Amino acid sequence: MLLIACPYCGESRGEEEFSYGGEAHIARPPDPDSLTDEAWGDYLFFRKNTCGVHHEIWFHAAGCRRYFNMSRDTVNQEVLETYRIGGQPRFTTQNSKR
Amino acid sequence: MASSSQPQRLPTGGRINRSVPLRFTFDGKSFTGYAGDTLAAALLANGIDVIGRSFKYHRPRGIVGHGAEEPNAMVQLGEGADALPALPATQIELFEGLVASSVTGWPSPRFDLAGAVGAFGRLLPPGFYYKTFMWPRKLWRHYEKLISRGAGMGRVHPEPDPGYYDKMNQHCDVLVIGAGPAGLAAARAAMASGARVIIADERSELGGSLLAETSLIDGRPAAEWLETALDELAVSNNLLLLPRTTVFGYGDHNFLTLLERRSDHLGSGGKKYAGRRLHRVRATRVVLATGAIERPLVFANNDRPGVMLTASVSHYINRFGVAPGRRMVLVTTNDHAYRTALDWHRAGRKVVAVVDTRVEAGGALVEEVERKGIKVLRGHAVIEARGRHRVNGALVAPINADGTAVAGPVRKLDCDLIASSGGWSPVIHLSSHTGVRPHWNEEIAGFVPGETGAGMSSAGAAAGTWSLAGCFAEGAAAGKAAAEQAGFSAKDFEPVTPRVNEHPETQQQALFMLPHTRRNSRAPKQFVDMQLDVTAAGIEMASAEGYRSIEHLKRYTALGLGTDQGKLGNINGMAILARSLGQTVPETGTTVFRPPYTPVAMGAIAGRDIDALFDPERYTAMHRWHEGNGAKFENVGQWKRPWYYPGPGESMHEAVNRECLAVRNRVGIMDVSTLGKIDIQGPDAAEFINRIYTNAFLKLAPGKCRYGLMLKEDGMIFDDGVTACLGENHYLMTTTTGGAAAVYAWLERWHQTEWPELDVFLASATDHWATAAVVGPYARKVVEQVCGGIDFSQESFKFMDWRNGTAAGVPARVFRISFSGELSFEINVAAHHGRHLWETLMQAGADYGITPYGTEAMHVLRAEKGYIIAGQDTDGSRTPGDMNMEWVVGWKKAFSFIGRRSLQREDCRRDDRKQFVGLETLEPETVIPEGAQIVSDPNQEVPMDMEGHVTSSYYSATLKRSIALAMVRRGLDRMGDIVYCPLADGRVIAARITGSVFYDPKGERQNA
Repeated sequence: MLLIACPYCGESRGEEEFSYGGEAHIARPPDPDSLTDEAWGDYLFFRKNTCGVHHEIWFHAAGCRRYFNMSRDTVNQEVLETYRIGGQPRFTTQNSKR
Repeated sequence: MASSSQPQRLPTGGRINRSVPLRFTFDGKSFTGYAGDTLAAALLANGIDVIGRSFKYHRPRGIVGHGAEEPNAMVQLGEGADALPALPATQIELFEGLVASSVTGWPSPRFDLAGAVGAFGRLLPPGFYYKTFMWPRKLWRHYEKLISRGAGMGRVHPEPDPGYYDKMNQHCDVLVIGAGPAGLAAARAAMASGARVIIADERSELGGSLLAETSLIDGRPAAEWLETALDELAVSNNLLLLPRTTVFGYGDHNFLTLLERRSDHLGSGGKKYAGRRLHRVRATRVVLATGAIERPLVFANNDRPGVMLTASVSHYINRFGVAPGRRMVLVTTNDHAYRTALDWHRAGRKVVAVVDTRVEAGGALVEEVERKGIKVLRGHAVIEARGRHRVNGALVAPINADGTAVAGPVRKLDCDLIASSGGWSPVIHLSSHTGVRPHWNEEIAGFVPGETGAGMSSAGAAAGTWSLAGCFAEGAAAGKAAAEQAGFSAKDFEPVTPRVNEHPETQQQALFMLPHTRRNSRAPKQFVDMQLDVTAAGIEMASAEGYRSIEHLKRYTALGLGTDQGKLGNINGMAILARSLGQTVPETGTTVFRPPYTPVAMGAIAGRDIDALFDPERYTAMHRWHEGNGAKFENVGQWKRPWYYPGPGESMHEAVNRECLAVRNRVGIMDVSTLGKIDIQGPDAAEFINRIYTNAFLKLAPGKCRYGLMLKEDGMIFDDGVTACLGENHYLMTTTTGGAAAVYAWLERWHQTEWPELDVFLASATDHWATAAVVGPYARKVVEQVCGGIDFSQESFKFMDWRNGTAAGVPARVFRISFSGELSFEINVAAHHGRHLWETLMQAGADYGITPYGTEAMHVLRAEKGYIIAGQDTDGSRTPGDMNMEWVVGWKKAFSFIGRRSLQREDCRRDDRKQFVGLETLEPETVIPEGAQIVSDPNQEVPMDMEGHVTSSYYSATLKRSIALAMVRRGLDRMGDIVYCPLADGRVIAARITGSVFYDPKGERQNA
């Protein structure tokens, strides 16, 4: 069970308080109707299957009810950072020690 | 005297209390043991050789080990509903009146029928699950029953377990697993820095190997030293000592699960306590001091009762005062096992010979054994055990230097015990749970934990360190380091390592399997995994058949798949596979150990989260009234909703018909408090709602309500409900009862992640309001009596309006909305006024025959009107167009609402999608089962072309016929077509496709 530091509450809490929200940093296209079916399909359905540092959204469902971002190493489950919506990650597969 | 009934009990010695004899029953016979015994020790003391029968071959089996590694001696503890199936007798503490029985063997382990016939095993070659029983498929379920009964791993009682289980959450700076020499040293060192420490050990007594240690520590017997050390620990207030506690799982981020057996050893006297407790521990640092398990050698008939681990023999002598035999042959690849020869000799029993596979065995221990006059056969091996229900001899022969072949004449040594040692395997299971790959240590010929991440370290025998002094030193260093890593300063603490006078040991031989004069496939069976009857020949056969990966071999032969997880057999199996592939063991690799380390009762995992505490139940403010008036309830999410209110002697069908007719002809009342309610406020509230719903919401005026449909971004219907404009920048959105939490999270997500610039605030208000719907032609007459400050005339309070006022004298919001097609008012009051409102309405409606109705009648009424229920008529793959609801899609809205773009995808625009229609059965009384498949030609050969399925189906008392809603391919173009529902029972129901609105198609009644 992951130990997650909510960037809004500022406390590390057990995974049971949170729910997973999928890959982060996928912005909704500003003008969906101008997109081809293929481009819209990419936005809608296609996600990375990262071996290494994955940026993802979590929801502090049984806490402050805020969504936030997490950089998690999918190999060893290490949580490298959590950061607020709108922020950018410091860790990537390239710059982490792995 | 008691001892005469315990023929194998030594006159002195052990940590047992001989002044407290305990009576117990095994397989219906009475025996006596002593306080401090395990069941295994007491059985051995009483000379019980055969404890069970093996899985495939039904061979008699006895006790091999003394702890969690025991593969054979599985017993059921207790009788009745709280009996525990399949526990190793080595881990059961004896108590007065203990009742245990063997879980294998029929009619009894000693006279097992299948074993006597000997026919069963021949049906079961390696990979038998795949080979023998996959064909013919139809017979598989019979085979499976046969195997389960034949194999028998205990029976689960059909009654609920009356045992009492609970859970605790624990936090600590350092968790030390194992209270042997390394663990105790680690705990002492960590505590010296002030760190909070938990030390857990699966045995009843802390001390690990020290419980049977014969070396002197600081010049004192080990037992004395241990007592002092434990006394020192016991007075500390930053330590939690958990004996009888198995750490069975090691999860992410140092989250570990511990099972504490709190009252098994108390017998019936322990019933009043939580019998088993699950500790959920989050530890900053973990020290694995889990020790090592001795590895048996593989030789012919090595499963006979009377073949044991050398360390276990010593354990029974030194801890329990039991010598499990008279004449012992000891076979070893290492010096350590010579200690057992000394123990056996000291116990006054005969060591027939020490058979050492090494040609040049030497060193202090070997010399000491020889000084006692014990015969040592160097360069020899035990190649076969003789005897059936008990060993009566050992075949011994010289072997070649690498131990692969017999190199001289075979002779038989008379004995009743063969102790074997092939070295030791560190207990690396827990590190393996975290994904740490084991590392092969050539020197000890075993796996040790590989590169461990931050947060975990291993010490002592778990790390491959055998000497007692080494374990003390390593444990202390690991404990100190762990505390420092957890943020404590242990600068001033210099661990004092106890002085130990132990013999230095020479290099062991890396040998796993002893040779036979015949090749393995011809020799008597040489067992690798005793619990699942995997033999050396079986592994070689699997290898010859192409199973070269250890992971495949494991699944094919079942090696290590038993409840003991192959704690004894795995390394030997890998070594045998490696040899037949011409590889080294590290090249062959190891399988991954997964939780649990030892079996865990499901009750402990459930804890108290059962029955009423399994999941929260939610009740409305009117719940007690419903109960008092005989309502039957339906679970909707966590809510208990009235389903129907049967009158005296009334069936469900009769009650629902009565309720429906009351609503259509007079007036009904329903508790709709459970609908999700989300309060939405802020300058951008309208814009926000407009983006979420498919239809237009920017121009909804205060005092007005509007139906809204919500899609996921893929264009599929997610939820629906009515939203009211309460005032400028203030809205109340309602959702389905079951979807409330998901919709709230969905709205929050869009607001927080995509549109933080929108100035809008969301709050759940579901529980704040109690809501009663008054529905039917007389609804206005009823609510007029109860409400104040509201003009209920049709001209001023129109359908889809809402008004502020009072109801039953308290502030109320009244919505004129309808889910039945009737004139309908939904009255909302503060939740604590709910029952007051309800009772006032019942009184006011009495003259009109007001009838409470439940969810079933509601479903029928809405189906008569063709209103969908999101989640029943839709299933996450339905667009508004599929549901014939294009009217609710605001294509002209400026903002591309959630799901809009997806509706234009090619697949969503296909003209052969399934569409929402009504069905009228040709026989009006026949109700189609919901979920029935729809075909056009019932005579088509199977598999038929599936044209759709029924989503809702009821008998309509109003229409006096059965009605159904269905998804049918191109259904909207097929009005009047006859389709068929072939059912599993052979019936075929014919029905005509109609529109989905069966009643009042013009919608006149709700506007009345």
